[in-house]
Amino acid sequence: MAIEKSTWTTKAGLAQMLKGGVIMDVIDVEQAKIAEDAGAVAVMALERVPADIRKQGGVARMSDPDLIVRIKESVTIPVMAKARIGHFVEAQILESLGIDYIDESEVLTPADNEFHIDKHRYKIPFVNGCKNLGEALRRITEGAAMLRTKGEAGTGDVAVAVFHARTVLGEIRRLQSMSEDELYSAAKNLQAPYELVKQVAQAGRLPVVNFAAGGIATPADAALMMQIGVDGVFVGSGIFKSGNPSVRAKAIVQATTHYQDAHIIAEVSKNIGEAMVGINISSLPQEQLLANRGW
Amino acid sequence: MIVGILALQGAFREHEEMLTRMGVPCLQVRLPRDLAKVDRLIMPGGESTTIGKLLVMYDLIEPIRQRVLAGMPIWGTCAGAILLSSKIIDGKADQPSLNLMDIESRRNAFGSQLDSFEADVTVAGLDAPFHTVFIRAPILEKPHGECHAIATLPDGRVVAARQGHMLATSFHPELTLDDRIHRFFLNL
Repeated sequence: MAIEKSTWTTKAGLAQMLKGGVIMDVIDVEQAKIAEDAGAVAVMALERVPADIRKQGGVARMSDPDLIVRIKESVTIPVMAKARIGHFVEAQILESLGIDYIDESEVLTPADNEFHIDKHRYKIPFVNGCKNLGEALRRITEGAAMLRTKGEAGTGDVAVAVFHARTVLGEIRRLQSMSEDELYSAAKNLQAPYELVKQVAQAGRLPVVNFAAGGIATPADAALMMQIGVDGVFVGSGIFKSGNPSVRAKAIVQATTHYQDAHIIAEVSKNIGEAMVGINISSLPQEQLLANRGW
Repeated sequence: MIVGILALQGAFREHEEMLTRMGVPCLQVRLPRDLAKVDRLIMPGGESTTIGKLLVMYDLIEPIRQRVLAGMPIWGTCAGAILLSSKIIDGKADQPSLNLMDIESRRNAFGSQLDSFEADVTVAGLDAPFHTVFIRAPILEKPHGECHAIATLPDGRVVAARQGHMLATSFHPELTLDDRIHRFFLNL
């Protein structure tokens, strides 16, 4: 019997198993355990959450492999970690650690201002950020097996997450209404391969799972993104920068499952402590926006 | 006949699409009241710790157990198979289970995501091997009593088991276009 490892189906398939779930940023073993206990489907292991990266400035890089390994050993759920955009050696290192997914992330300082990582070369699957459909399809072409709309990480302001998710989903709906000859022009404008554009137009959705990220801070935010039409949510600073991380994490997990049930969302939103303070995105200067990284 | 699909988390949409292609009516189950409307139940792949917690929080464990003990057919794929087993190995210490099938499931038995794989599996009762995918998959150990293996890997590890009207597969038929195991379940 032939056994084939690290195929496209196994890579994209793990993301399919994460659907309807919450992936939480954690900076140590203790937080990883809190996340798992709260019902996270995976954890993102990193040294600093985006809110701190934003505050402290400087170059943000891949986390210490020792920290990532300790977090991996402390939980039974999948572990993800971030590599800088284009930093294919950070990706090689993360793959060697035997974690489950790499996030080629705009939250870290990009290492290459022109090229993303050629993700087909890896056995480990990658998740990438996107602001629009063209960016989403270019990442899939490079080998991303999962996407997340970028939002604006570390702000606690959901507005950009909403904008990016609506943009991607709206562009898919427009493709569905196009005739075949219009799709050629659409592919040109999206700067994405025609075959992939055609596939999305026919299926009415992306060929990989798409989560929302960047600014989700409350159970209502998570349910909002789910109702808009994403497959699940990443919560970064929103949990461990809040007043009561454990309670908030559990509430966000429940709101993500029962995203269509306002009674349940109301119930889980009660008495969950202070949300992260957050930054109103419209007060941020352009050069501080992380979502603009990636091409 | 309406097939319920447990929709707390995971790959429930894939099962729904398969059943829809087959022309079988189905319904997403998130709360005990949904359970009353279905005649069979599929528990999909996903994260067994997450699904287990939500089963407990929304008081679904006993209602599902009672329905199955009263004869409702049930099928768990991957995480769903873990939740059906009487014992979970390498799980979280307090990980909940429905404790319905006389089998032990070992979580992430093949290793991390890098060890996820595709393979052809011979399943008892199917005319030809079933090409399928194992993702951070469990193996099913020590079937006993009424429970018996219906598919094993060449090294003997059990990846599918049946106990009367209960079915557990550690792989994902819903990620293929092959509907033979779905048909097998609908005939239980």
